[in-house]
Amino acid sequence: MIQVSNLTKYYGGKRALGPVSFEIDKGETVGFLGLNGAGKTTALRILACDLRPTAGAVSVGGIDALANPHEVRRRIGFLPETPPLYPEMTVQAFLGFVCDLREVASSDKKAKIGDALALTDLTLVAGEPIGTLSHGYRQRVGVAQAIVHRPQLVILDEPTRGLDPRQIVEMRKLIHELKDKHTVLLSSHQLAEVSQTCDRLLVLGRGQVVGAGTEAELGALQEPMFSVELTVRVPDGKDGGAAAVLAALGGIDGLLGKSVPTERGDGWELLISSKRDVRAEVSRAVIGAGLDLLRLDARAVDLENTFLRLVAAAPAAAPAPAPKE
Amino acid sequence: MRAIYMIFRREFAAYLRSIMGWIVVGVALLAMGITFQAFGYKSALASEMLQQFFWSSSGVVMIISVILSFRVIAEERQSGSLMLLSTSPVREHAIVIGKFLATLAFLTLILVLSAYIPLLIKGQGKITGTQIFVGYLGLWLLGGACLAVGVFASSLTREMVIAAVVAAIIVGGMVLLYKLSLVLDPPLRAVFAELDLWWIHFQNGFMRGIFNLKDLVYYLAMIYFFLLLAVKTLEAKRWQ
Repeated sequence: MIQVSNLTKYYGGKRALGPVSFEIDKGETVGFLGLNGAGKTTALRILACDLRPTAGAVSVGGIDALANPHEVRRRIGFLPETPPLYPEMTVQAFLGFVCDLREVASSDKKAKIGDALALTDLTLVAGEPIGTLSHGYRQRVGVAQAIVHRPQLVILDEPTRGLDPRQIVEMRKLIHELKDKHTVLLSSHQLAEVSQTCDRLLVLGRGQVVGAGTEAELGALQEPMFSVELTVRVPDGKDGGAAAVLAALGGIDGLLGKSVPTERGDGWELLISSKRDVRAEVSRAVIGAGLDLLRLDARAVDLENTFLRLVAAAPAAAPAPAPKE
Repeated sequence: MRAIYMIFRREFAAYLRSIMGWIVVGVALLAMGITFQAFGYKSALASEMLQQFFWSSSGVVMIISVILSFRVIAEERQSGSLMLLSTSPVREHAIVIGKFLATLAFLTLILVLSAYIPLLIKGQGKITGTQIFVGYLGLWLLGGACLAVGVFASSLTREMVIAAVVAAIIVGGMVLLYKLSLVLDPPLRAVFAELDLWWIHFQNGFMRGIFNLKDLVYYLAMIYFFLLLAVKTLEAKRWQ
């Protein structure tokens, strides 16, 4: 459905994206994941034929987007970060206007608007001016305008931005329903968002794809890591405080050299990040030093840590290419 | 054509639905009435009175045209709604012409509503319907040229204040070209005089009830030129 090859975008001398290459199959739901400024919006705007790339090739549905952006625009629906709405129009009239812009046949218009309203749960507010709707409803209208003409590819830039928790759940449900009929590409800087709605993730860091695959595949890319949290108390009559705790655990691999007093002030909290499970060694060291072990938790590193590691490992931006003579 | 009509219809409906649109209508009609009262009402002859009406109304039309047009693209760029148009299969000329025609239609509405003044003058003395028609044609074309300037200024930036200032400077500058031509030697004098937006083509022609084909061609050329600039600006910004 989408083939992207060495896509690069510079704003003046600053590289915003690339070079990135990836492919997305028909019917897939793919999430662009990255921190703010990673190049997600730039990539999506290029795919939506709003921005022209500095270099590289983009093909959507077999059509070269650079040579024929108009044809690509016919095949996409795009929800930018700020939904493109006209507040004075009613939801129904607005979707009718979008149908006209997207060259929907007059005979199909009513049915397509009805379907979009039903799918986005806007039927009850169809006659309301958009300006009077809540933020969550306006976001839904933004999605409705992206799907009303039944495009092959739906591009959603930060679809849950600014929504409250209930609205986020509803938006996720809506995206799941889109999966049946469209290829969906969405972006977010929130890992939970992407991991819960997408079949596959593309992790962007400093304008480059630093990881691609399913949640499990991305997790497997990293060496197994364990995060151990513990609370230690210095018994009455024993000197040393935090220094005594750190001294007792000095030989443990991966100890982060900082201890924090507990909220109740009855002990010290420590964090160990290690490639192996060090719980047994930790418990022996604490008891051996005559300290009290109040708590010991361990968990395998999750996708969030994988994401942060991938992004942190992204290479720094290259300088702008020299102009051709 | 369909896209032009769609954009025109939405834009014109937005004017009709907005309170600001009707405030502009009210202010324009009030200004036309006040300026006519101040400058034209005391003329002895009805034809002079009519000329004074068109003279004073031309200033109002130029100002109102800039007010109507400076925001048409800049505001959409600022609010993000331009993204809907720029990612749709709609050509830049359809966006520009659709928006221009909507502003022109709204200006036409204002001019139609102001027609009671010349009709009152006609009731007082001897003037012909042709004089009124030619004067209004001149106001309409002058307004159209100013609207085209405003649409072009609006295409340059997302900041509406900057768009308004740029439009006002261009219109003001073009009105002063005749004055500038007076200090120049031929052939530049003639060139600058003929490029002037108001003195030669409106004041010496339409305002006096005189129809010259060159004046019509001048205003149509100005409209075409500034709309073309707006189209080229949008093309450059849309797919950059």
